[in-house]
Amino acid sequence: MKPVVKSVENPITISVDDAQLTVEAGTTVAGALIAHGITAWRSTRKNERPRGLFCGIGACFDCLVSIDGQPNQRACMVRVCEGQQVDTETAKERP
Amino acid sequence: MSQKIHVAVIGAGPAGLAAAANALAHGAQVTCIDANDQPGGQYWRHRLEQPGRQPGVQPDSTGHHDWKTYLSLRAAFDAGIAAGTLAYLPNTQVWMAQQREDERITLQLTSATAAGTQAPASTLTADRLVVATGAYDRQIPIPGWDLPGVMTAGAVQALIKGQGVLAGQRIVLAGTGPFLLPVASNVAHAGGSVLAICESADLSGWLKNLKAPLAVPAKGIEGAEYIWDLLRHRIPYKRSTVITAIHGAEKVEAVSIARTDKTGAVIAGSEERIENVDCVGLGFGFTTQLELLTAFGVATHMDVDGSLVADVDEFQLTSGANVLAAGEVTGIGGAALAVAEGTVAGYRAALGSGQAPQQSEVAKELKTISRHRAFARAMHQAHQVPDYWSGNLEEDTVVCRCEEVTAGEIIQARDELKAVDARSIKSTTRAGMGWCQGRVCGYAASCLATCGDKHEAFAQSVANTYKRPVSIPVPLGEIADLEDSPKE
Repeated sequence: MKPVVKSVENPITISVDDAQLTVEAGTTVAGALIAHGITAWRSTRKNERPRGLFCGIGACFDCLVSIDGQPNQRACMVRVCEGQQVDTETAKERP
Repeated sequence: MSQKIHVAVIGAGPAGLAAAANALAHGAQVTCIDANDQPGGQYWRHRLEQPGRQPGVQPDSTGHHDWKTYLSLRAAFDAGIAAGTLAYLPNTQVWMAQQREDERITLQLTSATAAGTQAPASTLTADRLVVATGAYDRQIPIPGWDLPGVMTAGAVQALIKGQGVLAGQRIVLAGTGPFLLPVASNVAHAGGSVLAICESADLSGWLKNLKAPLAVPAKGIEGAEYIWDLLRHRIPYKRSTVITAIHGAEKVEAVSIARTDKTGAVIAGSEERIENVDCVGLGFGFTTQLELLTAFGVATHMDVDGSLVADVDEFQLTSGANVLAAGEVTGIGGAALAVAEGTVAGYRAALGSGQAPQQSEVAKELKTISRHRAFARAMHQAHQVPDYWSGNLEEDTVVCRCEEVTAGEIIQARDELKAVDARSIKSTTRAGMGWCQGRVCGYAASCLATCGDKHEAFAQSVANTYKRPVSIPVPLGEIADLEDSPKE
């Protein structure tokens, strides 16, 4: 299925793992990833299942991701900014 | 001249903004704490405002109702900031709320996000507290609901209203309640396809109590707009229909839906499958964000919709001294009700301890509250969570998303270990013990543990899921930094 990307009006660049993404200024990290067709950025501890956005408003903590070196940030609550480094988490990398 | 009353308001949605604005109007010093980085809450969530926005250049109103009300509350809010009578703490969450010996209130604050702009950890003491923390979509587990692309109906809407992002191109919405309609409307306006709205209720409940909706004509007009949108965009609205399973390997790909009888049990032979689905939005009413109120031990009750809500008097005062509540935390009822309650709460909170509240000061709001509460009761009666939703669970369906506890594990704990409430389920299976602290699974775990009880056992179980002395995850350092106890 093709990713849901509308034309970006106010582009800024963030890094997601090793990739550079052009995203819309003012979106959240979760919104920016979803706009690029990325629906999962974490895997669960027990069954290593993929997870992404669920409640979208900061209640469920399902969308946790590392942002600028800070682990376990709610991707739905943090806005993107130029040069931001987003590191997706996998069960294997977790200590 | 006496010192100003200091009112702390938690939440900057419809209720919180109205409380702040009216407390300011009655001479209080106000602090408004909000997790988001701009005012509006969920209902008036909007695109990021440009810094240094000129007066008259208004925040984006795309997809909003009652935007005029927002702008007027916002004008009062901004005027308070400019005058120094309102301290606005965005991107901030309260992780602990306590009553001091002198009955003033102490709040422990932390930054909502550690990344980006950061509010320092701090303590705030106020004379009065208005809790206007709202609600989030209530969920019942469905096989496959943990697949990426499945989210709350509120998330689908928040992405569109807040960021102009569509969560998918081919979306199925499911659950119960009028809220699914504006979400479908938002998706259609943003250019997405809503393949179906699966409404679990048969809607006959509305006919039993027509007086209440007729008394709130604005809701009827809003509803008519949504129905027009459904027709115009050819969105199938399927009554007595549920999603029985969500399919996909690494993300949602298809859903199975079926019609149900009055009890919520699937009618054999009615099953169909919707293919090429890239997003599912789920919502079975709402769960109140109540833990900061239950921390004070305030009296609560189970509302008609099965939500735990705070008891309030006619001026929105809870059973806790100096603690008021407004908006969804007193009963799910929508933004117009929340604004009226917030306005009353703001007035009551600003009164000095010797002053008696006067009904005449808030006569219009008291009328609105009474009409909208009647509307909400009719709505809840027409949109009950189906009794036998658990009949669609598979043994390996995840119930607690954080700790990945399955329906099979919970039912086994109930039947073999006699874990017959959510708290026992938590200690035996870890359901409700993860990051969200039972916010998402607390309702479902309580339903399963109490075998569908709708009375005392269920109410007690749900109440227990709200016991979160530390209301959001905070770094250990912030707890370590706490002073011993909140005295003078």
